[in-house]
This record gives sequence, C-alpha cells and structure tokens, in this order.
Amino acid sequence: MSTNAHALNQPAHHILSVLVQNRPGVLARVSSLFARRGYNIFSLAVAPTEDPMLSRITIVVDVESSPLEQIVKQLFKLVDVVKISELDPRRSVERELLMATVRVAAEDRGQVVELTNIFEGKILAVGVEAVTVSLDGSPDKLDDFEELLRGYGIVELQRTGRVALPKLDKEARLKAVKHGKAS
Amino acid sequence: MTQKITGAQALIRALELENVDTIFGLPGGCILPAYDPLLDSPIRHILVRHEQGAGHMAEGYAHVTGRPGVAMVTSGPAATNMVTPLCDAYMDSIPMICITGQVPTSAIGTDAFQECDTVGITRSVTKHNELIMSADDVPLMVRQAFHIATTGRPGPVLLDVPKDVLQNSMNWHWPSDEEVLDSLPGYKPVTKGHPRMIKEAARMILDAKQPVLYAGGGILKARAADALRELAELIDTPVVTTLMARGAFPDDHPLCLGMPGMHGNATAITAMQKSDLLITLGARFDDRITGKVATFAPDAKIIHVDIDPAEQGKVRRPDVPIVGDCRLVIEEIIKAIKDLLNGGEKQQDISQWKSRVSGWREQFPLYYPANEPGEALKPQYCLEQLRDGAPEGTILCSGVGQHQMWSSQYWKFNEPYTWVNSGGLGTMGFSVPAAIGAKVGRPDRTVWAVDGDGCFQMTAQELVTASVERIPIKVAILNNSYLGMVRQWQEMFYEERYSEVYLSPELPDFVKWAESMGCIGIRVESPEEVQPAIEKANSIDDRSVVVEFRVDAGEKVFPMVPAGFSNDDVLLHPDQNGRREFLR
Repeated sequence: MSTNAHALNQPAHHILSVLVQNRPGVLARVSSLFARRGYNIFSLAVAPTEDPMLSRITIVVDVESSPLEQIVKQLFKLVDVVKISELDPRRSVERELLMATVRVAAEDRGQVVELTNIFEGKILAVGVEAVTVSLDGSPDKLDDFEELLRGYGIVELQRTGRVALPKLDKEARLKAVKHGKAS
Repeated sequence: MTQKITGAQALIRALELENVDTIFGLPGGCILPAYDPLLDSPIRHILVRHEQGAGHMAEGYAHVTGRPGVAMVTSGPAATNMVTPLCDAYMDSIPMICITGQVPTSAIGTDAFQECDTVGITRSVTKHNELIMSADDVPLMVRQAFHIATTGRPGPVLLDVPKDVLQNSMNWHWPSDEEVLDSLPGYKPVTKGHPRMIKEAARMILDAKQPVLYAGGGILKARAADALRELAELIDTPVVTTLMARGAFPDDHPLCLGMPGMHGNATAITAMQKSDLLITLGARFDDRITGKVATFAPDAKIIHVDIDPAEQGKVRRPDVPIVGDCRLVIEEIIKAIKDLLNGGEKQQDISQWKSRVSGWREQFPLYYPANEPGEALKPQYCLEQLRDGAPEGTILCSGVGQHQMWSSQYWKFNEPYTWVNSGGLGTMGFSVPAAIGAKVGRPDRTVWAVDGDGCFQMTAQELVTASVERIPIKVAILNNSYLGMVRQWQEMFYEERYSEVYLSPELPDFVKWAESMGCIGIRVESPEEVQPAIEKANSIDDRSVVVEFRVDAGEKVFPMVPAGFSNDDVLLHPDQNGRREFLR
C-alpha cells in the first residue's frame, strides 16, 4: 500500500478510550507501558467518569509507532485497566480545548476579537498588550484557529488533548432527540 | 468476630493462609516489624547473603514446585537488588511474590534513609505491584497478589509495605474469593479456548503434511506435559521443546527432536523451518528461536495457543489464534481431532515428512571432537558424564552462557520441572541461588547447578546460605577462564579480537573458596578424573559440593544461528560442514 492510499483510507491517528480503576499510580502505569514498549502518545487526557471508582483516559496514539492491536493488548494486561474501546475518528465525536495568550497592541486587538468571534471562541482576559482567548471544538478547528493566531504572536498556548466519545447511531440519535437530550 | 492485630501480624498470617512454607529474605530497617511475628510462624525463613539471591531462590522454588516463591527484603538498596530477579521472573513467567519494606507513609517522598520509589522502579518488571497504604488493606492485597501471580500468564507481583503500615493495628478480615475477584474488575484471564478456533485447529492439524509441535514454557506453567504427550502420540507428530520447555516432552521419546533456536540442534531448527504447520503451544516466537523473522518457517501455517493474547501476532501472525490455558486447550483439541476421526475423516499421511526428519537426525547428531589423551578437557564431555552419573530425577539448574547451552543440549530431560534456567533475561549468576531454591522446594531430589566461572563469581556467596541452612546442592563449574559465550562471539564475529573476556585461570581458587563456604571442593583437570569426581560428589548428601572442571577454553557451542541470520543458514560444527547438502 502506498503512503498516499494509506493516508486516504486510514485515519491519521487512533483514539483509545481506556476505562481504568480510579487509583493512585494508574496514569504512571499506562504511560510507562507506552514508554517501555516504544509506543508514541500523541495526546492524553484523564478525568474521573460518572462512576467515581473509574477514570477515563483518552489516548491519541501515533499509528506509525506500532500496530494498534499490540498496544491495545499490552494495555489490557494492566490489572487496573477495565475496558478499552477504540474510537474510529470517523465514527466518534472529538472535542478539545485551546487557550492562548496573544501579544497584540491595542489598535489591533479588534482583529483578534473578531477572529475569536468568528470561531465562536471566548475572550478570557484583556491586557494592555495582550489578550487571552479560549476555544473548544474539534481538533481540526483548533488547528485552524491556532494557525491564524500565530500571525499575531502567541505568547503562551495550551491545548488539553482530545477527549472523545462514540457517535450515536441514527436510531439512538433520534431517541435522544425525542427525550429532549440532544443538544 | 474481628480481632485487632498489627499489619505485620496480618501479613505473616496472610502468607500462612496462602500456604507459604518458605520465605527467602534478609531483614533491614523498614521491614523489621514483619520479622518479629515471623519468629512465631511455622513458615521457614531462609536468610540469604544478598537480596538478589533471595529472588532467584524464590524463582528456583517456583520452577520446580509450580507454587509461587516468596522473597521478603527491606526498602531502598534491598529493593533495587531485587530488580534483577523480578525482571528474570517476569521474562520467564515465574510466579513469585516479593515483599519489600518501605519508609513510613509520612516519610514517603522526602528522600528518607533507604527510601526509593520501589513501585516505580519495579513497575515494568512485575506483572503487578502495589504500595500498601493502610494496615487494613494487607490481607486483600496479599490475596490479590497470589491470585495475580499464579493465574493467567504467571509472573512476579511485588507488595511494598511502609513501616507504619506494618506497625499499625487493623481489624483482621480474610477476604473471600468473591471479594478478591470483585476487587479486580480489570483482571479476567481467559482460560478456555474458543470452540470454533479449536475445531479449526483440529482440521488444520489433520490436513497438515509437515507438522511440528512447537512446545514452549507455557506447557510447564499450565501443567500440560501429559496432554502434550497425548496429542503428539495421537497425531504422531514431532515435537521441539524450547529452552524454557526442556522436560515438557521426554527427550527419549521417539517423537522428540529436542531444542530449536540459536543453539538448537540442526534437526529441530530445520524441521520448524521446513514445516507447513507449526502447532505453537505456550511459546512466543522469541528472537532466539526464529532467527531472522522474515525468513522463519516461511511455508508454515501457525496455530498459536497462548494464555496471553498479546503474544498472538506480536512476532508472527497466527492463522488460528487460541487464547487459553495450554492444558485445557490441548485437551479440547484432542477431543476435536478424535471427533473428526470418528466422523470418518483421515489424517494426511505424514510418513514421508517423518522419514525426512529422521534423515536429518541421522546426519546431524550433536557433535564435539572427542577428548584426545593429554588434551584439555572438553566441557561437553563433563556434561555427558554428569548426566550419566546423575541419580534418577535429578534437577538441573544452570547459569547463562555456553555452559547453559551445553546443559540444555547434552542433558536428557525426561521429566517436567527438572530444568531450571534463566531463559528470557539471561541472568548470569542465576544458577547457584536458583539451585538452592529448587532444593528447598524438592528436598527429595538431587540438585546439580551447572555454572560458568564468570557466572559463579556473581552469586557464589549464597553457598554460605546453603551451608548454614543445610541445603545441600552440587555445583559443577565449567571453568574455561573466560566469559565463554562472549569470547565465542568475539572469535566468530569480531575477528578474534578478544576484548575484556579473559578472567583468570588461577584466581579465584574455586576449591578453597568452596571450602571456605562450608562446601566440599574438588578440582578436575583431566578426563580420567571426571567420573570419580562426579561419583564422589553424588555420594555426598550432607553438604554442598563444588566441582571445578578446568575445561578447554577454545570450545564453542554448535550448531549456531548467529543473531540476525536466517535459520536456513545455521552454522554446523566445522567437522559436520561436509554434510550441509542433507539439510534440504
């Protein structure tokens, strides 16, 4: 398979949603497994779930570093890992949060504010020579926003790494709408 | 009815309830509280001279008994000394429990005296590890540790116990099986093979024209030697036993081809290479077996039975992957084959394949040039004599290097659990402490440790432990005054540029050293002395014996598949090279 075909047919990354026991050291176990086996982590986000006994680690894995199957199987050997689901980017909803402080003189501030509004981001703080903005959304959208901000001079930038959940199938989506849960 | 006891008392009581009869260990500051209730316990404690020894003893014990070996040491340097045995046990899937002391919880993270991040350091060399933060958790953590170490793919589990956790009082409660399982929602090893895969495997076995049973250490872990034999005889198929599986199938069985791999025999290597079906049972396509992976057994379909799903597809993609316990899966495969045969199906005629295999066996026996009078002693000859003089049921342990390969090649393993070695990690110094652990586990058996002069110098002090604790083992040092295997590689692949491999022919004086440790020391320098020395060693059963064989330093291990070579290009002993054409 040529690299191009690869790029067209395959997602550029894999998202693993790993349900773990909410215990001290779990993140260290997961991250040291990646280091030990030579797998690359692209991004990683951790937070407790609706069940306080469990946490969800969302790991975006670099597909080049190792076959996904091995990564999943090795991860699953960790005693604290309860469940692993692979989220196909084409069939999941992904979100990420970006915060950035942009150096901008008072006279140009309007441009950054306008850009932020176009992207439906938020102005978090305004200083004499800088402004801090935030944006949440799909990682692609954040990439575009970051690229445009770069022209002004980014002083500091922080992204959370993505979190993701599977897309609801059509039936489930409709059901959710009926129950007034869709948003 | 609850009862207040200390965390330390709970720890010892929990070990007793897990049927621990022996702990290998060495006390120190943070683990002190646990050593007090040990005085009142029926558990035997064996005081080692170095913590690494305790770890390898626990491994040797586990190897021969199948029960987890237990080592207990203090914090900091004791814990770091335990890293090698833990990694060794992890690589070879040995069930082992290691208990380490830790500084009091209030001091953790302050760089306290003898503090180290034991759980962090040992994370990647244990199947699981835990820092116990409350005395109340001790019984559950111990039960979890034994459950994890002995089920699924076995391995070492470490419990790190801070001193105050040992000292604090707790309400004794011994958790039920159900409580243990409920506390481990992420740990559910699969033991029963998938019925559809088993049927597929059975059909594939009957259809194969050139099958080979590739038996690995998983056979021994699963206590599946009898099942393997039944399967092999049912389908009349040759068996190779890897370094970790020596003894899993009797060497004197007509179907046994012996060890494949880097220093395997040419028949076992070639049979795998030419096979059209590798029935892989508890083996993991280690680089020492496959040689260059891309050219390994190119025409073989693969059935891969392993209890660890991560082994399937790690190196070689199986055609039929079966996750499960080797014994249970083999028994199911036997049933499925019998069902097919009873239904009128026939097994392919494999007689042509078998005669080809027999041809290789005839052409390529293990070979070394015989001892000429006045010439230096051949190490292989010493091993043959050791083998022939060994009492029935002798357990053989080895270190790592040339002597290990010769041991595996020249010994006849006809019974499971009689071979103890460090296969995966290749830990020099493994043999003496592992032999001591093996003798503790099987006091009814003679235990021989075959060691190199390099290996012996790494852990020999444990012979003091053996003498003091009255654990009589026998050690054969094949002394060639070199790091022999490294020397062999430098001779063959570094143009005989010998760099830092020469030890010393005179230092240490192994006989005097043995005597100073309470052992009988014997030196053997010529072929005539070999047999009498072995007879003498075998006749002594009240103390340990060290026999130093001064052997030919130039002797190399053959056959050999050098690292990165294809198994097709196995190097035979130069004297056998003329027969290469028969390897087709």
